Amino acid sequence: MSMTILTVDDSRTMRDMLKVALTEAGYRVVQAVDGMHGLEVLEQEQPRVIITDINMPKLDGFGFIENVRKDQRFLGVPILVLTTESSAEKKSQARRAGATGWIVKPFDSVKLVDVVRRVAA
Amino acid sequence: MDTMAAIRETFFQECEDQLGELELGLVAMDEGDADSEVVNAVFRAVHSIKGGAGAFKLDRLVRFAHTFETALDLIRSEQLAPSPAVMKTLLRSADVLADLVKAARVDEPVDEARSQALIAELKGLTGALEEAPAPATPDDDEPSSVVTEDFGFQPLLLSIDDEPMLLEPETTRFTITFTPRQGLYRKGNETVRLMRELARLGEATTTVDLDAVPTLDALDPEGAYLTWRTELATTQDAAAIEELFEFVIDDCELEIVAAPRDDAPPPEPAPELDSADAEPRDVRAPREETQSAAPAAQETEKSRPDHPKVEAASPTIRVDLDRVDRLINLVGELVINQAMLSQRVTEAGLARSSGVAAGLGALEQLTREIQEGVMAIRAQPVKPLFQRMSRIVRELTDATGKSVRLRTEGEATEVDRTVIERLADPLTHMIRNAVDHGVEAPETREAVGKPGQGEVKLSAAHRSGRIVIEVSDDGAGIDRQRVKAIAIKKELIPADAQLTDNEIDNLLFLPGFSTASKISNISGRGVGMDVVKRSIQALGGRISISSRPGQGSTFSMSLPLTLAVLDGMVVKVADQTLVVPLTAIVETLRPKPGDIHTLGVNARVISDRGGFAPLIDVGQELGYRPTSADPIGGVVLIVETEVSTRCALVVDAIHDQRQVVIKSLEANYRQVPGIAAATILGDGRVALILDIDTFVARTNRGSQASEVLLAS
Repeated sequence: MSMTILTVDDSRTMRDMLKVALTEAGYRVVQAVDGMHGLEVLEQEQPRVIITDINMPKLDGFGFIENVRKDQRFLGVPILVLTTESSAEKKSQARRAGATGWIVKPFDSVKLVDVVRRVAA
Repeated sequence: MDTMAAIRETFFQECEDQLGELELGLVAMDEGDADSEVVNAVFRAVHSIKGGAGAFKLDRLVRFAHTFETALDLIRSEQLAPSPAVMKTLLRSADVLADLVKAARVDEPVDEARSQALIAELKGLTGALEEAPAPATPDDDEPSSVVTEDFGFQPLLLSIDDEPMLLEPETTRFTITFTPRQGLYRKGNETVRLMRELARLGEATTTVDLDAVPTLDALDPEGAYLTWRTELATTQDAAAIEELFEFVIDDCELEIVAAPRDDAPPPEPAPELDSADAEPRDVRAPREETQSAAPAAQETEKSRPDHPKVEAASPTIRVDLDRVDRLINLVGELVINQAMLSQRVTEAGLARSSGVAAGLGALEQLTREIQEGVMAIRAQPVKPLFQRMSRIVRELTDATGKSVRLRTEGEATEVDRTVIERLADPLTHMIRNAVDHGVEAPETREAVGKPGQGEVKLSAAHRSGRIVIEVSDDGAGIDRQRVKAIAIKKELIPADAQLTDNEIDNLLFLPGFSTASKISNISGRGVGMDVVKRSIQALGGRISISSRPGQGSTFSMSLPLTLAVLDGMVVKVADQTLVVPLTAIVETLRPKPGDIHTLGVNARVISDRGGFAPLIDVGQELGYRPTSADPIGGVVLIVETEVSTRCALVVDAIHDQRQVVIKSLEANYRQVPGIAAATILGDGRVALILDIDTFVARTNRGSQASEVLLAS
């Protein structure tokens, strides 16, 4: 029985990389291509951890996180922000939106899985 | 590592898309359409490329994308206005970015000087703004330091130090008092997780203060009432501890106090905590696994093990081209078989209303749909091709000092990818011509009341089963006087030739014709419009030209959507059936006795548009009959070869005009000069498809044709 992880990223490259890393680690991965799509996916899925990009069309990562946090079902679900940006301003914006943690791209698969494992525990 | 290679390929495919978006957005911005959505899309495109490039350690690409992105970010935040000069730099940067992507993909050297020059230019844009508030940053080491710093792995909440037990002599004791507020839990954070992370930093003992916990009736199940106090002996500094709490800092009260270094005995629990009614309980932070993970979440997970997987990735699959081609071939066979079956049924004299005939009609419809569907697999939109052209226009305007805008239409129009690939060169040439020869210099334009900026329009559309691509400019139009004078001077036409406007325009397609009075390094690359015409014909296409003095010229190309079928004229020659590609045929006629003239021993010509075209008897040439047939009573096809000479092919009769499925003769038999391929007709018989160029060449009369034309 593997845990489900939702990844939200508009880049197929990133989605693929995340999927490979997380699937190999034994997780079940569901994907969304932007924040809006992420919210749609959450209508049917109850992931244990959410990993999201920030810069996305339609609904960006901040907006996505804010919306997820409004939903009672996902109050306690860890949300990791995965992005190339690491400015203090963006971090605090992510924090205000309700993110649990921050991972800077490019990520190392082993470390990524390690982080996911820890927040998912 | 196979999966990584596949992902890498995905990355480059994605780069193509992003570069397309980038170009599209920048062009829109350049045209003054800089709404925030467009700017965001442009930023995202570069950002995505940078992100992926970082994953594959394509440092040069990352560096350039980073500088590019920085400039775009300033535009996005409206600190930098997208002035024409700025846009020019951005558009050129997009070109360099495309080059870098390509170089990274095939691992080839790049024009380092060019990308450095643009990095400098981009920094010129951003530096002016950035340096004002923070002049301290030295300019030269900025890219590398920024990049390396940006790309470190920094999960802020979580330490990735895997060996917390390696205590070194310089151990400091910290007392960390942590009181979460309700919001912390709402954001998916867990005290236990934080305590566990804390414990990873060293030797930790945590106590919890239950003082604030109200009585059960007053307790909010989602409330936060606990204060955690951790005694931590660690080699890390306070900043490392703070970092663990970075993400929860707004939702808690946190106090980190370092004990003096020599203060060896662990401090007693704070007196105020001791005096509390509730007993402080010892809580060991769990190391790896925890029991406290929300059981509810695990249950929900168990409850939906067979939930359909939501596959959100873009709905495309990658298929080997060979497989597609095999499928196309098979469908070709199916079409032929279906045609044969239809013919047999007709021959069997079954009534149209019979069940078999009706079923066959449905089959025919289905077959056609399958064929279209399969062809569509190879079809691609012309958008990337068009985007390449906009880059060419940009480079040309830089080189010529003219101001030209490229307007594109119908980029979503799809056509076979081979057609697209082979269209790139002729199209490039035509765009160059349009900018170089078509559009006038700004002063000239303004003098005649036109806007200083010229426009070249590139459009694609589907029209009756073919794709029509047009290149038009709003320039001066073709100078017919001059064209005619040049053609006479180069002895392409007789000095006294009476030509219509259209005929003069078509002189441009003659080999050896070039109107450029001086060889510019733009369109003067040793090829003329004749080469363009030949390339288009080789694709089974036709090209035509129309021009209006003072208003511009339009080149119009009509191409087949696929190379697997061909529009052909089915003709009979000495009981044999042949197919002549329709694109080569200029006209068909039934010759009258007066039209035919004999030259020398057995050379005959036919009057053709004021000149003469040599007659070639197809039957005799292919050895179907020993001597040539009398053209009177037969049919003459006037065909045009790639060198634009006209020949008259004599055949016995025209049978049909239809689409045929091309079967390679080379693959099934061997190459035959004069024959392009074969096809299978409805009656099951093989019919050869003529290759007009090699066919005319093998008669050795091709060279005479132009002589005759000149002599007339």
